Amino acid sequence: MTELKPQIASCNCGEVHEDELYERLKIIVQSQRTIPGALIPVLQTTQNLFGYLPEKALRIISKELKKPYSEVAGVVGFYSYFSTTPKGKYTIRVCLGTACYVRGGQDVLKALQKELNIGIGGTTPDKKFSLEVGRCFGACGLAPVVMVGDQTFQRVKPTGVSEILNSFE
Amino acid sequence: MMTTVYINKQIVNVEEGSSIFDAAAKAGIKIPTLCHVENQLPKGACRVCMVDVEGARNMVASCTTPVAEGMKITTNSKSVREARKFVVELLISEHCGECKTCVRNEDCELQQLATEMGIMEIAFPGETLKTFIDDSTPALVRDSGKCIKCRRCMTVCNEIQGVGSLFAQGRGFESKIGPAFDQHLDGVVCVQCGQCAAICPVGAITEKEHIDFVWEAIEDPTKFVVVQTAPAIRAALGECFGYEPGTLVTGKMASALRLLGFDRVFDTNFAADLTIMEEGTELLTRLKLALVDKQQVALPQFTSCSPGWIKYAEYFYPEILDNISSCKSPQQMFGAVAKTYYAKKAGVDPKDIVVVSVMPCTAKKFECQRPEMNDSGFQDVDYVLTTRELARMIKQSGIDFRSLEDGTMDSPMGNGSGAADIFANTGGVMEAALRTAYQIVTGRELPVKNLHLLPVEGLEGVKKASLKIEGCLPAWSFLEGVELKVGVAHGLGNAKKIIEAMRVGEEFHFIEVMTCPGGCIGGGGQPRFTTNEIRKKRIQAIYSEDEGKQVRKSHENPEVLQIYEEFLKQPLSHLSHDLLHTKYFDRN
Repeated sequence: MTELKPQIASCNCGEVHEDELYERLKIIVQSQRTIPGALIPVLQTTQNLFGYLPEKALRIISKELKKPYSEVAGVVGFYSYFSTTPKGKYTIRVCLGTACYVRGGQDVLKALQKELNIGIGGTTPDKKFSLEVGRCFGACGLAPVVMVGDQTFQRVKPTGVSEILNSFE
Repeated sequence: MMTTVYINKQIVNVEEGSSIFDAAAKAGIKIPTLCHVENQLPKGACRVCMVDVEGARNMVASCTTPVAEGMKITTNSKSVREARKFVVELLISEHCGECKTCVRNEDCELQQLATEMGIMEIAFPGETLKTFIDDSTPALVRDSGKCIKCRRCMTVCNEIQGVGSLFAQGRGFESKIGPAFDQHLDGVVCVQCGQCAAICPVGAITEKEHIDFVWEAIEDPTKFVVVQTAPAIRAALGECFGYEPGTLVTGKMASALRLLGFDRVFDTNFAADLTIMEEGTELLTRLKLALVDKQQVALPQFTSCSPGWIKYAEYFYPEILDNISSCKSPQQMFGAVAKTYYAKKAGVDPKDIVVVSVMPCTAKKFECQRPEMNDSGFQDVDYVLTTRELARMIKQSGIDFRSLEDGTMDSPMGNGSGAADIFANTGGVMEAALRTAYQIVTGRELPVKNLHLLPVEGLEGVKKASLKIEGCLPAWSFLEGVELKVGVAHGLGNAKKIIEAMRVGEEFHFIEVMTCPGGCIGGGGQPRFTTNEIRKKRIQAIYSEDEGKQVRKSHENPEVLQIYEEFLKQPLSHLSHDLLHTKYFDRN
């Protein structure tokens, strides 16, 4: 059996034409459609590809994996990781799991909201950052943890958030 | 392998791997639940079935916990009772709905459990769920405020019916059971079978009522209101009035309908016999085209009586629509001839005729509103009542159902053969068609015991049979020696199985599909709650109605012979095509 791994698409900068992304999606889905439990990895790959989960992509996934659309939507809605609205270039995830929460994750989140002037689930007008809340990244010893894209920042203080943001182009 | 456990100190031997819930049931100990039902794998969703297991850290849900050798289980202690009560109190605290104005008042498992547990006040008067009413479809109404997320509906929709309209959406307090992304049912694939409404423990999914429309029509002196009752009603309606499941109440039902004020009390069974004349002839015509004229013709022929199945095929298998008999369902045939043949005969202007159906089915509400179902020049069938709605109307009008004398139906559309009765059961339409087709071809009766081709007991999802045709009349000699292969499926998941078998080369000539498990007797509009045992009792009642009839074949029904003589001329005639046949649409 083929090993299931979410495939990281190299680019979601918007330079690739949408049609090309759908072509890629079809190839990915078709390669995985006989594998049990393929839905979540396929959704992850799709989100990497498009930056979010467009309805058209979810319809294709439902059809190709022979899963009811209601089930696909149920899985998308269950995991906060998945988003059906377009995201900024970088997604910031502030962990509010127990350890991060008690060590000040909430204050870090507030600082980010203030700095970016957006709420949870929001995206900055320049489409650079989106802000999300995470539920434990499994790095409790580093609490409070913030992820920006695939980079992890540990023991973040509210006063340190602008420095982090400035390090992203 | 057997496992020995101790339930409330009683020794119980059960199959290895059984759940604690099933082990307790075997020992005659009832554990309450709001999510677990037969024919579904346990879900562990409601947490009401908790029991105490010695040595376990917490109480466990008995439906999802398998027994282990020597396990000591307590189902009835103060702490277990309190824990269950706590769970039900939490469910009630979220539940948004007033019992006294709920259509499921006294037909609600949550209400019943709260009564049993002695819950006399709202223990946690916090935020309740938000009421979101979806009445977008002709047949069903969903109310998210009342939903307790037991997941029975989504399981029946996905696993029994293979439709997948409903699934758990979202998470935590905000979660809902419903179509994707809060869509309405009319925006997604839904066949309107109502198995969700039949299995919902509370009032979160119900049929869309037509009661008020029917009362209004009855009150209107300018309207001539005729009623037809499907075969499955007579074997189930009694349950709403305290009769044992499987009690036939045909005569009392006819009397009650008359007392309700219908101008004529007719029988869908008449139209079922008409369906057989058309559908049986259609099957023979297809076989002739294939065998004699060597034409490309769509075989096997599928039955078309079950509107949920039709909609399912339109969504999932549009490539087989040509295989589905072009015959309308009996309900729709009845409507079309009531507003033409009968209108003329009775001298009533068809625009003043209101056709009301009583059906075991919610999808019939959808079917009567299909835009093409107006071949009489009007909407052929105006309103559809489920069995449950008819029972409510009888109760509303103060009729003492149990003390009614047996009445009869009116003529000329009020009599059916035994073949029409068995339309209610899985396998019945196929058997009814063969009783007539075989006799047309050979001049002899179907050569099987009691005229039953398939075993009448058991609820296997897919049944198959074959019948060798021998001794054909000269006109049908091309069928001599043909092994007629038939298949029967009930529950749409089983329809899928038979279609997939067909695709990989299994040969059939004729396939019957009924949308609901058990056939119409287990329909989405039948008295609640339908268990396998009740299905079997209703099926048995229907077969005894059939076997007790003088006329057991559709082509021997005098009223059917009369309508052909006076009106339609012959099966598949031009007029038959206009009024009794239809077409289907690719919805994919």
